[in-house]
Amino acid sequence: MALLSIRNLSVEFSTAGGPFRAVDGVDVTVDKGEILAIVGESGSGKSVSMMALMGLLPWTARITADEMSFDGTDLRSLTARQRRQVIGRDISMIFQEPMTSLNPCFTAGFQIKETLRQHLKLDRRARHARAIELMEMVGIPDPARRLNAFPHQLSGGMSQRVMIAMALACQPRLLIADEPTTALDVTIQAQILDLLQDLQKSTGMALILITHDMGVVAETAQRVQVQYAGQKVEEQPVRALFETPHHPYTAALLAALPERATERRLPTIPGVVPGQFDRPEGCLFSPRCRFADDICRHRAPPVQPPALGIARCHYPLDTAATEAAR
Amino acid sequence: MFRFFLTRLLTFVPTFIGVTLISFAFIRVLPGDPIIVMAGERGLSEARYQELREQFGFDQPLIVQFWDYLTGILHGNLGMSYVTKKPVWDEFFALFPATVELSLCAIVIAICLGIPAGVIAAVNRGKFFDRALMSTALVGYSMPIFWWALLLIIVFSGNLGWTPVSGRIDLLYYFPDATGFMLIDSLLSGQKGAFASAVEHLILPSIVLATIPLAVIARQTRSAMLEVLGEDYIRTARAKGLAPIRVSGLHALRNALIPVVTVIGLSVGVLLAGAILTETIFSWPGIGKWMVDSIYRRDYPVVQGGLLLIAGMVMIVNLIVDLLYGVINPKIRKR
Repeated sequence: MALLSIRNLSVEFSTAGGPFRAVDGVDVTVDKGEILAIVGESGSGKSVSMMALMGLLPWTARITADEMSFDGTDLRSLTARQRRQVIGRDISMIFQEPMTSLNPCFTAGFQIKETLRQHLKLDRRARHARAIELMEMVGIPDPARRLNAFPHQLSGGMSQRVMIAMALACQPRLLIADEPTTALDVTIQAQILDLLQDLQKSTGMALILITHDMGVVAETAQRVQVQYAGQKVEEQPVRALFETPHHPYTAALLAALPERATERRLPTIPGVVPGQFDRPEGCLFSPRCRFADDICRHRAPPVQPPALGIARCHYPLDTAATEAAR
Repeated sequence: MFRFFLTRLLTFVPTFIGVTLISFAFIRVLPGDPIIVMAGERGLSEARYQELREQFGFDQPLIVQFWDYLTGILHGNLGMSYVTKKPVWDEFFALFPATVELSLCAIVIAICLGIPAGVIAAVNRGKFFDRALMSTALVGYSMPIFWWALLLIIVFSGNLGWTPVSGRIDLLYYFPDATGFMLIDSLLSGQKGAFASAVEHLILPSIVLATIPLAVIARQTRSAMLEVLGEDYIRTARAKGLAPIRVSGLHALRNALIPVVTVIGLSVGVLLAGAILTETIFSWPGIGKWMVDSIYRRDYPVVQGGLLLIAGMVMIVNLIVDLLYGVINPKIRKR
């Protein structure tokens, strides 16, 4: 049985300009100990769907799902208090901006121990020992001293390590990393990704990696799910996805990788993700798709079978077509 | 830290000179002559008048009078009251505890109600409680203090008879001043009912005096909280599975506290100014009433000295506030 299973998740925000659908019928499945990458541009609803799972969205958000279960527990049926016992303990999350994600008024140690105190029955001394152990685990030198450091005394990389230590405090079975390296230097990015992979291996937890960096996906993920404008447009194991993308959007994303470029000028995808007021009829990607025809522009695309990457497309690509697209 | 403290103390010097100058000029600009006022209805002879003028030094040029006053202050001598012939310093500190007691009660009420109200309003932004609270705060802020005080007296003392009209304690009780604080003294005296009587007398004036600071603190807390609640670290705190009350009451409030503490510090000045009105209405024997009386009597040394001491108190409180910033937010401490 899957560790996390979400079916047909939708999130709608009521805004001044009417309802805005940020997530539109997304399915997410993660097995125990698996690394799933969710990829997409800004505004594709990656973070919002995970925030909905964590219950972190503001009350203006309307969340609906046919299924939202974690390890057999239906999260939809839990009260707020019951859900808070799962959040931070069994499912935890780290965020994009480590520098602002730590509370500037409290020491790193306080913030790590707070999680321990919330979920585990440890006494003061045990919490202290566990906090030092966690700091060592995430590769922070001189942990006993760093426990007393305030966030403004830590670098971005160190802050993200503290965030990871905090997230791992109660040995979660699922860690959601929401663009954990976007705000960091390139050298630090690699370190943090390595750390996350090592920790995933040693603890056996599942990892959802939200990113828009295909390079990161190739290095870390086992399975990839591509989102576009709030919809899941494709899902495949990582190697198959890189070899044979079935959705034109995925193909275009891969073609835009510098490593794959054949010309001097890097190929780009023209246009931007549709917003609240310019959602097209039919396929949401059709205005930017080089293969789109009238059917694409007027009729919502079907979902293709797993052999075709569950692609949400009228004309899914196969290998030959992908080659032609390059 | 010590250097910071020292530089702040140095900035006190020009402020003190300014306050002495203003208070010295202010009381002399007022029409009226303290000697005539002192003489009362009987009046006095021209010779006696000139004699007194010399005695008080009014025959000297103003600049010389100011210099004498300034050097007096530097020697720790604020002068004698023309009316009571007692040192201003002694009178001030005999009456000051009453004002402190009242102001302290008022600020405690304002903080204990204002901060939670602001936090709850911010968390329930745009909902009924938020709107109701903020409109009430606006009414409280714009209400004339003397009218509000009279209204409360009429309703609670007059119609309902729940609270006494004026004074600090019932005339039935008498005990020596040990600390000057009626709440403490009444407890120390051991007399039955004395403490309750002191509390009863404190309720209405404290509420009246607390009204404006309460409104200001509630509104400031709300706006500071709204700013902080959108921060990333609040999301982190919620992602830990912490209870909402801990998220807003600890993680958010601690960060929102800086502007709130600033406002509390500034309220102390407002409180002392408000105390003048409140004390007059409730016949509260504090420095507010003392100052007002001495202005009527043209009691120059009392007005000058009183203003100077009050200004000193306000400055000290705001220095404490500055030091508190560092305690609340470690990022400021490093400077």
